[in-house]
Amino acid sequence: MEEAKKLLEVRNLKKYFPVKTGAFRKKQYVKAVEDVSLDIYKGETLGLVGESGCGKTTLGRTIIRLYEPTSGKIVYDGQTIYDSENHIAVDMLPYRRKKQIIFQDPSASLDPRMTVGEIIGEALDIHKLYPGKAERRERINELLDAVGLNTEHSNRFPHEFSGGQQQRIGIARALAVDPEFIVCDEPISALDVSIQSQVVNMLEDLQEKLGLTYLFIAHDISVVRHISNRIGVMYLGSLVELADSFELYSHPIHPYTKTLMSAVPIPDPDVTRARQRILLEGEIPSPINPPSGCRFHTRCPYATDECKERTPILKDYGNGHFAACHLLEKA
Amino acid sequence: MEDKKLLEIKDLKVSFFTPAGEVKAVDGISYSLGYDEVMGVVGESGSGKSVEAYSIIGLLQSPGKVIGGSITFEGEDVLAFSEEQMRDFRGNKVSMIFQNPMTCLNPVYTIGNQLTEAITCHDKSVSKEEARRRAIEMLTLVGINNPEKRMNQYPHEFSGGMRQRAMIAMALICKPKLLIADEPTTALDVTIQAQILEVMKDIQKEEHTSIIFITHNLGVVAEICDKVSVMYAGKIVEQGSVNDIFYNPQHPYTKGLLASMPRLDQDTHEKLIPIEGTPIDLLDPPQGCNFGPRCKECMKICLSKKPPYAQVGDEHISACWLHFKGNREE
Repeated sequence: MEEAKKLLEVRNLKKYFPVKTGAFRKKQYVKAVEDVSLDIYKGETLGLVGESGCGKTTLGRTIIRLYEPTSGKIVYDGQTIYDSENHIAVDMLPYRRKKQIIFQDPSASLDPRMTVGEIIGEALDIHKLYPGKAERRERINELLDAVGLNTEHSNRFPHEFSGGQQQRIGIARALAVDPEFIVCDEPISALDVSIQSQVVNMLEDLQEKLGLTYLFIAHDISVVRHISNRIGVMYLGSLVELADSFELYSHPIHPYTKTLMSAVPIPDPDVTRARQRILLEGEIPSPINPPSGCRFHTRCPYATDECKERTPILKDYGNGHFAACHLLEKA
Repeated sequence: MEDKKLLEIKDLKVSFFTPAGEVKAVDGISYSLGYDEVMGVVGESGSGKSVEAYSIIGLLQSPGKVIGGSITFEGEDVLAFSEEQMRDFRGNKVSMIFQNPMTCLNPVYTIGNQLTEAITCHDKSVSKEEARRRAIEMLTLVGINNPEKRMNQYPHEFSGGMRQRAMIAMALICKPKLLIADEPTTALDVTIQAQILEVMKDIQKEEHTSIIFITHNLGVVAEICDKVSVMYAGKIVEQGSVNDIFYNPQHPYTKGLLASMPRLDQDTHEKLIPIEGTPIDLLDPPQGCNFGPRCKECMKICLSKKPPYAQVGDEHISACWLHFKGNREE
């Protein structure tokens, strides 16, 4: 992984959403993504896990600039596509061809009034690919075939399909423009258990065949661990740990990751009942007024005064195992 | 577990009469549940696991209808209850928690109000103070800090996990013998799910409430249940102790489910083995085994006749023609 080429470089990325709260409609900000830095290498799958509201979806969307970042820097394949310091914000259209996204809810992300063929073909028209009618049709059929649907499905409407098939249409649409990088935003959480594994396998096959790079966002840690090479753990907008996916489960070093890993039930009665579970007190604080210092200190069993004052920085603790915690700095 | 059964369901059939035709949501299921026992019901959406639970507690809504079979609770026929008997039965003997606590709590009443109402509704002789005392005790039991203050708050002031705790408190406040939990942790985050599961396990130990735990998460089942029913398209395809189901699964669907799930504690990167195909259309069920069209080991007979149950172990049954294969060859 060390020699692998960096496809995406994200530095100190922030995304704040303005909200008006309270009786006086005071303008405040939801700090959805706070100072996140990470690299994504060519051909890998980087998983992103965390609880709802931790900013993993926002991060995924901000990276491909579906949301305009508040500040930070994004470098894609050697070219800076956003840099708040130097006021760089390039036109995204040529990059949209390279960076695609698969959304969580397939029924909501497919236009109900367009046929499957139109949905997939729309991207081809925007980027002026396959201009000939026959070529275009052939490409659509090729894509449908790649995701395991029949070519005659292209004249049907999304509601005629099951959830799993709708997600396949969403994947075909993302693949239409021959992207290099795909953000998979909870692509399987809306699907039934027996269908989930079909889609996971298909995503893995497509990656192998087309040399894709994935950012795989999901709250189901077992699935993320299965599909990813490396996993990042987010808590309240910050990246708290980033490591190889096997390493992260066997040797988590951040207190939050330890809790998260121990909370996942394992489908094996003996194993799961014998496990020591670390229970967290309380709930996730509001991202409008996040705790000072380390954002996890209000729930962390090892928190010290230092954690309340200073924000820990993400550091490498060997073999690309990154974590942000004051305790580790001392050890 | 014990000789006396708390709940016995025999050949229960529930159908929904829709304009498009009859949907057999629950198609002849039987099981029994003892005192102090936790049963998991696993299945995909549309497998009938919730419908079956709703019919026990009499919450089945039109066009759904119980069209056959019996439900016996401590020797009483639940299906023959009058509306009044049913009201007494619900809450006092059986209660239920739902997937989404926000839609089950009344937004315009305080949590305390809703909790005490549950007590006074069933027992008019309880004084207001006594009801309040019991409500606070219950909130403490489910792990809500500051229960006196929380009593005066409205549901919107609670977080998702807290609301689910309040729901559990409400469900258990009349000390029912059976609690039906319909996907109680599905809408919650894993760390909150872990908290709720701990609460449910503790309460189960203390109050010896029997629980029917409906979920699609096999991990949760492995953790909390004594026995498991696996449902597919309105039928129980396999039933056994939690160890039977996880370590010695017999039905191809159960095997397929277990093989298709990635496990967090695996340290190899093996490909998942998915169950191919899609769930059947309940409006037009196949003539033979419901799982037949997706089954890897499907035989001729599977497509023409429904499989009977085979006793594959002590209290372990599976509905599959494969178990009868050997017999017929002999």
